Amino acid sequence: MNWQALALTLRLSLITAGSLLVIGLPLAYWVAFSRRRWKFLLQTATSMPLVMPPTVLGFYILIAFGSSSPLGRLYQRWTGHTLAFTFTGLVVGSILYSLPFAVQPLVNAFVSIDPRLIDASRVLGASRLRTFFRVILPLSASGIATTIALTFAHTFGEFGVVLMVGGDIPGVTRTISIDVFDLVEAGRYGQANITSLVLLAVSFTVLALVYWWNRRAWPRTPWA
Amino acid sequence: MKKGREIHGRPRRLRLTALPAALAAVLLLVLLPAPARASGQLTIAAAADLQYAMHALIVKFERQTGAHVRLVLGSSGNITTQIEHGAPYDLFFSADVEHPEILKREKLIVPGSLRRYAVGRLVVYVPKGSKLDFAREGLAALTDPSVQKIAIANPRFAPYGRAAVAALRHVGLYERLRPLIVLGEDVSQTTQFVVSGNAQAALTALSLMFAPGTRSRGNYWIVPAADYPPIEQAVVIVGRSTEKPLAQAFLHFAASSEGRSIFRDYGFTVPAPEKGQ
Repeated sequence: MNWQALALTLRLSLITAGSLLVIGLPLAYWVAFSRRRWKFLLQTATSMPLVMPPTVLGFYILIAFGSSSPLGRLYQRWTGHTLAFTFTGLVVGSILYSLPFAVQPLVNAFVSIDPRLIDASRVLGASRLRTFFRVILPLSASGIATTIALTFAHTFGEFGVVLMVGGDIPGVTRTISIDVFDLVEAGRYGQANITSLVLLAVSFTVLALVYWWNRRAWPRTPWA
Repeated sequence: MKKGREIHGRPRRLRLTALPAALAAVLLLVLLPAPARASGQLTIAAAADLQYAMHALIVKFERQTGAHVRLVLGSSGNITTQIEHGAPYDLFFSADVEHPEILKREKLIVPGSLRRYAVGRLVVYVPKGSKLDFAREGLAALTDPSVQKIAIANPRFAPYGRAAVAALRHVGLYERLRPLIVLGEDVSQTTQFVVSGNAQAALTALSLMFAPGTRSRGNYWIVPAADYPPIEQAVVIVGRSTEKPLAQAFLHFAASSEGRSIFRDYGFTVPAPEKGQ
């Protein structure tokens, strides 16, 4: 069992899930409450990673990171190295890849809140920001839990994007799914099996915890 | 908008009748027997370093025989796993000898069909405009500070990756350059890391330097053959093949002077014909 790869994957998944919560909250708020006519375009854009093959996403990320793209050159001038083959690069790739898994549950949670509660908060003089933190967020607890769990689990099992931009460096970009791939390629099925079982067990535990927690959360909603 | 209701009713009813029809169509597609494989069709699985050479071979072979050939590309390790699980390949051109030997031990090949057909050659590939002077410094040019990432194929299973490590060890630079090394799944991806501008050098297969996109974006230098153990490559006829005579014919063609010159044109060294051929 490659513990280094497991630790790395856990770290990547936690950072990705945390970042996606921060990015996903304002995005989802906008998608849920904006009245702009073209907001469906943003909705489409945030859902694209669902239908895009990871290879396509990985390919474009690789090109964008490379020295032939302005973005890649800018980053290179800043830091002195390319974003590909680094842990930061994996985080960026994972955030893009799991974006829909953060935005969708949050949007669902936001739109299912009784609008009268939001109106009441505003009428009583609370600002939009205060309403968001005091009314919307607490009522979206189960959606937030779902977001964290889905983005964590999705990143934990991510393969294609990491394969395309990671470069398989032990301790830096060799995640657990890449390790399984390498083991199978090398014909070491026994080790591949053990690693796969660990991966399955972690994913199962995370998802089970969330569904268990959500099961308690549901009856507490005020309008049910 | 006013007539919304009446208009709404119709498509809904339509959809209800359309759904079973669509389901039936899908079922039919799934249940209908797959079209029988036309006889005279050969399926060849080949390692990634062979993609251009194999394409040229196939074009000539099809023109001469009128047979139809399908080409499946992958890593030798992956193809071996697929054959172990019943993949419908007739021929397997590996990038090494180990994987065909594994299949031979498992009795999954036509007895006596294992044959060495070519020896791969290792190159250093750098982007156009790179100032590294390999002709003067050899592999030591990789120690230049402008080189931040060096791509090699994964030595855990890719023959060219093992050769790359051996070559770097041979010149005593492996430990020093190790922190710069990134791994590609196969030689194609390894080369791609340089083409996309993410690595400053790649140790990869000479046979991939013949792709127009690779050639126009970079330069290569051939690593001296004495620096690493030869990358011997073997081919086998898969035991499960339903097209054994045709597979045999393709092997003959590949070993003919015409076939051998194609391998040579695409950057392989071709061994002298084995006895009895």
